[in-house]
Amino acid sequence: MNVVVCVKQIPDPADPGALDADHTLKRDGKLILDESDTYGVEMALQLVDKAGEGEVTLVSMAPNGEVSGLRQALAMGAAKAVLVSDDALAGAGALDTAKVLAAAIGRAGDYDLVLAATESSDGYTGTVPEQIAAILDLPSVTFAKEVEVDGETVKVRRQTEAGYDSCETPMPALVSVTAGVVEPRYPSFKGIMAAKSKPLDNVTVADLGIDAEMVGWSGAGQEIVDVSAAPERESGEKIEDDGEAHNKIIEFLDGLKVL
Amino acid sequence: MALSKIWVHVEVNEDVVAPITLEILAKARSLADTVEAFVGGPADSIAATLGAHGATKVLAAGDLGGGLQGVHVAAALASAIEGGDAPDAIFFGTTYDGRDIAARLSVKLDKPVITNNTDVEVDGDSIVVSEPIFGGTQIVKTKFAAGSPAIAMFRPKSFVPEEAGGGAAEVAALATVDVGSAGAAKVLDRHVEETSGPKLDEAAIVVSGGRGLGEAGKYEMVEELAKLLKAAPGASRAIVDAGWVPYSYQVGQTGKVVKPTVYIAAGISGATQHMVGMKGSKNIVAINKDPEAPIFGVADLGIVGDVHKVLPKLIEALKAR
Repeated sequence: MNVVVCVKQIPDPADPGALDADHTLKRDGKLILDESDTYGVEMALQLVDKAGEGEVTLVSMAPNGEVSGLRQALAMGAAKAVLVSDDALAGAGALDTAKVLAAAIGRAGDYDLVLAATESSDGYTGTVPEQIAAILDLPSVTFAKEVEVDGETVKVRRQTEAGYDSCETPMPALVSVTAGVVEPRYPSFKGIMAAKSKPLDNVTVADLGIDAEMVGWSGAGQEIVDVSAAPERESGEKIEDDGEAHNKIIEFLDGLKVL
Repeated sequence: MALSKIWVHVEVNEDVVAPITLEILAKARSLADTVEAFVGGPADSIAATLGAHGATKVLAAGDLGGGLQGVHVAAALASAIEGGDAPDAIFFGTTYDGRDIAARLSVKLDKPVITNNTDVEVDGDSIVVSEPIFGGTQIVKTKFAAGSPAIAMFRPKSFVPEEAGGGAAEVAALATVDVGSAGAAKVLDRHVEETSGPKLDEAAIVVSGGRGLGEAGKYEMVEELAKLLKAAPGASRAIVDAGWVPYSYQVGQTGKVVKPTVYIAAGISGATQHMVGMKGSKNIVAINKDPEAPIFGVADLGIVGDVHKVLPKLIEALKAR
């Protein structure tokens, strides 16, 4: 079976985030593979492995032709990648992103399953996977905490408020996976070396047949009118535990009359 | 200028309208002359609650035959809109099905959906939403510029629910649309994970544990403390991802948003992703070994110390009371 995984390369979450003057997220530093996406990559590798045939293809959208995060996923074992990189994509919203990724998936070849994280760790709109499904007219199950393929059917445990729903869908389909769905592997040295020569198709918006005027700032249909500092929460007392700090906590809770 | 009509998605948990829906109904009422609700299921048992909270009508998709809400409800809404029944805005809570419907609808209507908002205002002819970013340190205001309807999603506890005293909402059928193979995903069974004690997002006290606990077995301390305080136990994303506790325990951007009277963070450093979910708590107590941990920046009482020493003593002292 062939699985396409949507992945995002993001600024290192350990670095403090910042906005550029045009209010887009600063991405001029090194980008890494979003950890949320490692679960989808791992899931895809396991499904292909179990099926005994097929391959994992990555699709991604990033400024400046950035590939370091994609190489990370290729090192895990994905076969190839399609990267859409185009200045016209600056300011792209979730819907634009979905349009671009859907077109890139079309370029990736025949697929049985499209996997994505439920949301990215930097933009976290959480709508892109389902928007891709809508554009490709695929059935979908979002928020999967378990995924199993049985013949032509995907069985999914979907996270709910109260527990989970057992769902199933025929393929081709799109499934978004939560963190923890599987344990992502670390790339081996051999994998890292092999990743350097794996095919990476770097394309522009025009290559995908998308009108550049319809995506990015011009196509987003939304306009940032203000960015301001949120009211700060003041911190209170900070003490070093001298063995009696628990009493201080009890005193604090007593003062609030919650005990 | 008030809007003429807003539609609000109804999230139903075990036949009851979820708090997030009532929160959004209250806000929608302050912005529009008419507020109508829509639900991806039957509406007879919820029409009274919705009416009491200001919805004059509820559009019901009825039994979806096991189909997931996203594709079916979005298609039905798009068809109603094409039929001339367009609202100025469509509001959703940040829920699993809400996200699916909003995402599918945005493609159907070719309009953006703006997510993670905590506020909305009408400025002249424009609808402007506010979204906190970078762990809530900055607020971004975004104007819808693609014409109506504006599709917006709101985080839990952004608004305060308020009854309007209306009679039951009129139930109207939302005509279903054939969505072809895209509607082939089905729910076969629903599983409810049994939990005891107060609910995480409703509890007056929440005790959460993080990576600082060291190992999965130590989460028992958090549970024991929570029990003694009649609190709900919570967790950071780190230990949920590590498999120590189920996802339903997670407090943060991707988990639950909590605003209890007291939030106790044990062994949690205060990553942005976590802070978003608990910064609104009235009082915050943090226990962490690292004096530089960001969590201390929002704590009313910060204890620089080892959770393995402080928690057992706290538990013993509470038991002795």
